[in-house]
Amino acid sequence: MHRIIAAIAIASASLSPALADSPDPQDWDAVLDAARGQTVYWHAWGGDPRINAFIASVGDDLQDRYGVTLEHVRLADTADAVTRVISERQAGRDSDGAVDAIWINGANFASMKEQGLLFGPFAEDLPNWPLVDTDANPAVLIDFTLPVEGFASPWAMFQMVFEYDSATVNDPPRSLDALRDWIGENPGRFTYPQPPDFLGASFLKQALYGVLDDPAALLDPVGEDYDEITAPLWEFLDEITPNLWRQGRAYPANEPALAQLLADGEVDIGFAFNPGRASAAIADGELQDSVRTFVFDGGTLANASYLSIPYNAAHIEAALVLANLILDPEIQARAQDPDVLGFQTVLGMDRLDAEDRARFEALELGIATLPPEEMGTGLLEPHPDWMTRLAEDWAERYGQ
Amino acid sequence: MARAGLWAALGLLALPVLAGLAGVIAPAFGYLPALGGTELSLDPWRGLLSWGGLAAAMRLSLTTGVLSTALSLALTFLIVAAWQGTRSFAWVTRALAPMLALPHAAAAFGLAFLIAPSGWIARALSPWATGWERPPDLLIVNDPWGLALVAGLVVKEVPFLLLMTLAALPQADSLRSQMIARGLGYGRVMGWMKVVAPRVYAQIRLPVYAVLAYSMSVVDVALILGPTRPPTLAVQILEWTNHPDLQMRFQAAAGACLQLVLVVGALALWRLAERLVARRGAGWAAGGARGAGADRVLRPLGAGVALATGLAVGLGLAGLLVWSFAGLWRFPALWPDAWGLRNWAGQSDMLARRIWQSAVIALGASVIALALSVAALQAQGARPARIMGLIYLPLIVPQIAFLPGLASFALILGLDGTLLAVMAVHLVFVLPYVYLVLADPWRAWDARAGLVAASLGARPLRVLWAVRLPMLLRALCVAFAVGFATSIAQYLPTLLIGAGRVGTVTTEAVALASSANRRLIGVWAVVQMALPMAVFAACLALPALIWRNRQGMRIG
Repeated sequence: MHRIIAAIAIASASLSPALADSPDPQDWDAVLDAARGQTVYWHAWGGDPRINAFIASVGDDLQDRYGVTLEHVRLADTADAVTRVISERQAGRDSDGAVDAIWINGANFASMKEQGLLFGPFAEDLPNWPLVDTDANPAVLIDFTLPVEGFASPWAMFQMVFEYDSATVNDPPRSLDALRDWIGENPGRFTYPQPPDFLGASFLKQALYGVLDDPAALLDPVGEDYDEITAPLWEFLDEITPNLWRQGRAYPANEPALAQLLADGEVDIGFAFNPGRASAAIADGELQDSVRTFVFDGGTLANASYLSIPYNAAHIEAALVLANLILDPEIQARAQDPDVLGFQTVLGMDRLDAEDRARFEALELGIATLPPEEMGTGLLEPHPDWMTRLAEDWAERYGQ
Repeated sequence: MARAGLWAALGLLALPVLAGLAGVIAPAFGYLPALGGTELSLDPWRGLLSWGGLAAAMRLSLTTGVLSTALSLALTFLIVAAWQGTRSFAWVTRALAPMLALPHAAAAFGLAFLIAPSGWIARALSPWATGWERPPDLLIVNDPWGLALVAGLVVKEVPFLLLMTLAALPQADSLRSQMIARGLGYGRVMGWMKVVAPRVYAQIRLPVYAVLAYSMSVVDVALILGPTRPPTLAVQILEWTNHPDLQMRFQAAAGACLQLVLVVGALALWRLAERLVARRGAGWAAGGARGAGADRVLRPLGAGVALATGLAVGLGLAGLLVWSFAGLWRFPALWPDAWGLRNWAGQSDMLARRIWQSAVIALGASVIALALSVAALQAQGARPARIMGLIYLPLIVPQIAFLPGLASFALILGLDGTLLAVMAVHLVFVLPYVYLVLADPWRAWDARAGLVAASLGARPLRVLWAVRLPMLLRALCVAFAVGFATSIAQYLPTLLIGAGRVGTVTTEAVALASSANRRLIGVWAVVQMALPMAVFAACLALPALIWRNRQGMRIG
């Protein structure tokens, strides 16, 4: 029944004059008015129950505060949403598209921005934007070497951390060379998700950083010296592959699959992009409490997660309200809570008022999470070309 | 009017399949204006052929498909030959309905947890028997030969073929034939294989072809249990279909055509093998070997196979149920260290929504399918029309070969992502099963009851409403339940036509498969299983309740 009411509400909302013109985020009151009663379809990776629960809790706030309904379309792969928007454009559906918001970064963001598939710029007009710490986190302005230019709104910071079971590993390998030796001494106890999975391809980039003396070339698009630059990476992989889990004859599908292997004791070292993941999993009773995290001495990859709005989204106003809400200090503090997600906030503490700052200061670190001073250097994400190319070549060498 | 129903049913089956095929063949040769393909070209095929994993993926599809079909058929025959007419056999037939109601994906999840190196079997034997304190580094699930995939298919196809065989047995006059064979000194199994099997096989040929086509092109089971480097052809086609670079759609279309050719080729080979077996078999049957001693081995083997199939599915599901309530559960503990409801509580909103959507879709599709089946059967009279062989079209043409094309049409027409569109595409697959399940009891109905009614002045429609349908209530209920279960189990149609807006418990469960989160997979697989089972139970209870005071309507 209320499905019908919702349908009528959506239908009447789309008749209102506010939608006739493209929404203007600078006129925020008009955005809020138009958004009320809309349903925003947020296409976001749905493989982690904690993240799903967090998104559902954001949906509750969205409903309570702004009368906007949030539908989390759980994706197996972000590319599915990109495909969807491209298909719609090619089928001539330039408005009323199925995707209102996408959790995005890297190659997907680059390809959507380049093809003009994104609404915006909007991010820097959001009321909560002044709270974002653009000085300490340059990655909120530049995603995988591409300037964001307001076509996506950052909402969480990530840095790759390795997770190990301290009950079985005494001295975790803190560099790529040490990891290579450790894998040789502990055959079958390490693996990475099968590229082109995001985390798996990220491991390739992390390894590439480790084998290069001068990684500056990674910040440019792939050039003619690609073979030369990547040769040591393939040497490294050739060496470790026979000693990987299942001798490299099978790979876990993605981050949760790798996490399950760590929880099952099938591998001793895993890794994730969320430094607080291990703590949150331990708090949920899904991971043994002997798991700890570490980073490479030379640094690990760091990036930001964004929310983008497709150009043909049916509910742009509702998506804008959502983008602004997840920058709200209360929501950001909830995401950083190690018992919830352990995500790192994009907000600057010096930009918050005392009450909001206290929300963050009250948070504990989590049993397996490294304090900020031990997180080491965040390495810049290479140009998105690298990820695509490395994943393709990996598939050719190891994937068939 | 009934005749209109027949044509409506056939049109409903054939049109989407043909439209979908057209929607795949055109882009396979570069033509799809919506994606900028306006000229015919062979580029999609060049792209397909240049994929390094092609040969291996094709080989995998062929070997896993043929192997699982041959195994399923052999095991089905063995079970029936060895045990038909006994009390244990009656017990096996009663276990069939729930096994059939179980979606493939749920069975595959259960099996995966059972046989994985960190799974229940390994846990039960560790560390006391195996010495494993940590899971061994063995490649069992997702093995490169596809054996886990074959096992997953066999445990689901044996019940299906058993059901089809059971329906065929009366026409083959199996019990009396076997009795005569045994009187002549033949062993139970040998006598059945020589006398009954040829007649039964002729009747279940189309279902066997459906099993072969399905096994070669299945997507969800292959995603869960199949190899990954490379995957089977069907899985790779799906990956190309979902690739961010839309130009890959053309290559996906070429791959889908190849898949179709592969299936048709395998069917032709199978047909050839049938002839070969028939020629050799005739001599073997006439050879006179009694094989009486073989029963001592084959009968326990048949019982073992039936038991193993049931246990694989049952224990697998029990394992999933346990995972759905598990907190921390470390290897090699047989039971979780902690239990709780949080896995269920966290999913409750989503569960309620998905169950609701799944039920509405399944209900709609099954009711329409039932009505169309009745109309089609009524129109045919006593003898089945040959054209009804078309009913197998959606079961034999691989889903992956025509659904992407159908999805493109739906997108262009703006029909995708609605509940009705998903229900309509489910109907294409629900209708054949409902029809097949209903057809036999429909024809077996004692027409004299209709004659009596007619002689009392009832018109044909009134005979249908007042006599035939009430008398066939049980069969109608079972057909409805099978239709419901079929709809619940649909993965690819829901995924491609639902556009992310319409999801069912099955799309949710298979999406979670990639997450490898056994707790959540447990929750969703249990729901995925419970939903059709509940409908099955209700459909079995309803006729018993309505006819509780009619002696003649009792079973048996």
